[in-house]
Amino acid sequence: MPSLWAIKQMSMRLNRYKRELSASLAYAGLLAAVGIIAPSFFSATNLRDLALNNAPVLLVAVGMTLVILVAQIDISVGSQFAVATVAAGVLAQAGVPILLLLPLLLLIGAVMGAVNGLLIGMLRLPSIIVTLAMLVAWRDALRWTTGGEWVQNLPANFQWFGLGQRMGQWLIVFASLLVLAFFTWALRNLTAGRRVYAVGSDAEAARLAGVEPGQVTFCVFVLMGALVGLAALLNAVRFSTVPSNAGLGLELKAIAAVVVGGTAITGGRGTMPGTLIGVALLGTIGTALTFAGINPFWEKAIQGAIILAALASDFVWASFSHKKAQKAQMGF
Amino acid sequence: MLRAINIDKSYAGVHALKQASFELQAGEVHALIGENGAGKSTLIKIITGAVTPDGGTIQLNGTAIAQNSPRVAKQLGIAAMYQQPALFPELSVAENICFALEESSLLSRVNWRERKRKAAALLARIGADIDPDVEAGELTLPQQQLVEIARALGAEAKVLILDEPTASLSQEDTQNLFAVIRQLRNEGAGIVYISHRLEELPEIADRVTVLRDGSTIDTRLMTEVNRQQLIQLMVGRELSAVFPKKAVEIGEPVLELRQLGCAASGIHDVNLIVRAGEIVGLAGLVGCGRTQLADTVFGLTPSDRGDVLLRGKPVKLSSAAQAIECGIAYVPEDRRRHGVILDLAISANITLASLDRFSSLGIVDFRREKQVSADYTRRLRIKTPAIFAPVGTLSGGNQQKVALSRWLVTNPSVLILDEPTQGIDVGAKSEVHSLMTDLAAQGVAILMISSELPEVLGMSDRIAVMCGGTIAATLDRAEATQEKILALALGHQANEHATQSL
Repeated sequence: MPSLWAIKQMSMRLNRYKRELSASLAYAGLLAAVGIIAPSFFSATNLRDLALNNAPVLLVAVGMTLVILVAQIDISVGSQFAVATVAAGVLAQAGVPILLLLPLLLLIGAVMGAVNGLLIGMLRLPSIIVTLAMLVAWRDALRWTTGGEWVQNLPANFQWFGLGQRMGQWLIVFASLLVLAFFTWALRNLTAGRRVYAVGSDAEAARLAGVEPGQVTFCVFVLMGALVGLAALLNAVRFSTVPSNAGLGLELKAIAAVVVGGTAITGGRGTMPGTLIGVALLGTIGTALTFAGINPFWEKAIQGAIILAALASDFVWASFSHKKAQKAQMGF
Repeated sequence: MLRAINIDKSYAGVHALKQASFELQAGEVHALIGENGAGKSTLIKIITGAVTPDGGTIQLNGTAIAQNSPRVAKQLGIAAMYQQPALFPELSVAENICFALEESSLLSRVNWRERKRKAAALLARIGADIDPDVEAGELTLPQQQLVEIARALGAEAKVLILDEPTASLSQEDTQNLFAVIRQLRNEGAGIVYISHRLEELPEIADRVTVLRDGSTIDTRLMTEVNRQQLIQLMVGRELSAVFPKKAVEIGEPVLELRQLGCAASGIHDVNLIVRAGEIVGLAGLVGCGRTQLADTVFGLTPSDRGDVLLRGKPVKLSSAAQAIECGIAYVPEDRRRHGVILDLAISANITLASLDRFSSLGIVDFRREKQVSADYTRRLRIKTPAIFAPVGTLSGGNQQKVALSRWLVTNPSVLILDEPTQGIDVGAKSEVHSLMTDLAAQGVAILMISSELPEVLGMSDRIAVMCGGTIAATLDRAEATQEKILALALGHQANEHATQSL
């Protein structure tokens, strides 16, 4: 029989992952409901399509989790995504070997992220303004260079990296999950992950402990950019032409998924598995509605309701833990 | 005048107050003391209506207050100054002071000139030199505390509750505050005075009530008890020595400052040596540059003149990371804000400054982290259900022990402590002091900043007194007295006779 002590420890652990748990329960509930109403939802084709559509969102959301953990925000990722997508198309068209595209796109993304990182981490400008400016700047720069034209006449081996549909699809989903798994591990096990949490929780206290908040913030934005580059490449190879207006609204999808997954918008608290659940929950609803025979116009409204519900549970949780902290302050 | 009778309060099963009673007369200063967790804060929150009791009554002038709330208490003339400054950082000092004092409808115009005049008058009354137009967020902690006091005074309350008002005040400000308190008392106000500084109680309090574990232990006349008896009442056990200072063999100089200056933080020409095994107390009035000196030595505000020498070798310190690498550790003042990271687990807080030693190739070694954290939690007697609990769930004294553990893990050769026992209870205080003694015995050079002169006198081997951004003089333990330190801090020469006594 477990001791009282062990139960107390267990309940503390559960408390820390409360939001992740409640989001998982909501997701399980959604899947169960769809399973009863429309079992055909669980067909292999549908599930594969779902996974494939949400893989790029997941990659961006992983980066966004890091950004929000250090108590910043990045609303320029949609525009970065468009730039990277067009860059992938143009490079492929110009005959750059397919294997070289991956490092090149990581680099292009990282450079765009570094611009944000320099302005926010080093010059201490507010991230919402900086990334708002970049959102407009990248998008308009792209419109000006491409004139709104799509990139066509891509080489045959661009699509699915020349691997053939089935293999290519697996590769994309698998790569996204691998990246998620790596960052899950890294946040917990790397000293860098520890520094991310410390800076997001209290930048000044972190500085006094020898952690440089500016450097950590800079690195996080560079990673964010690189992940956007990767997401753009993995998304672009699914189509035979490359649009110049990709990634519209992507920043909102990613931020919403991160918040629903339990990351505190004020930084310092949150996990990658939570983000995965957030992406899955928000990404499944539209399709689920279609299968359940409900007008998909409801999708956005329901997504909004889920975000509000997540924040409301944050609020309830905060007032609860505030009381607990008060008790602790008095020495109990 | 004010009576709290058999007050009971539980928070989710934890009994914070058990049948506690307290009585305040008009025209007295009544000290309320007890260790952290004794229930002082809960009791005053119940009096001010911020917390609703489970049982018992609060009476004012013989009539019970029904449905108490902060608003009701305010109308009845009860005002309180809480321990943690709760100012609006973006508002000016004048706005902060007058915000709660004005009773006006939503649409009435703000009389800015009147506000400023009132704020300036209140600040002048406590002798605080603070510009009412400055934003409250730009003030130092002691200045914020003075603003809080001015705000509480402005309510012109019949019952005034002061929770640790002198926790970060200099001797001078404390004396000014005492003068105001005495004046209010003579005008017939009742003052509840909460303080961990037992030595100031005989000076200001008429009676004292001791709380322990949520119960009222005793109420005595201040003239009938001494410090030792009070401590016994508070802890329920006898503390053998208040300052566990041991004779330690003093070794080679470890930290040496030569003509150190930093224009940005206003310190200049600082010469100081701290040897292995030595505790050097850094005394001085608030604003004399003690914390700024510590910040400069730790590389937070790098020096622009002079040298820092570690074991005889000059070092260039321009970031906290460099200072840590050189073996310098710094436990900063405002613990709640900067000493620990409240969201992080105890174990993660303890290893944060020495992550490199707890990782290989950047991968954290959890087994070692757990082992070391558990070890320090045990050694420093940090009270917690689990080492992965966030530090925010601990009490103040335990948070301070986590902050200390973080730096002990770095194995420092120089340890800088800024107000190491501010606002923590007598038991934890004594534990921190004996820890300092042990560290000195292990050969650590300790530089301790403290506004509590008895602590400085009790713990230091030598005392450096700062005044106007530099060290006015350094006194040996044997020759130092409170009067001499104060005289130096005020800018008198060491040999001059101290005109102001404590």
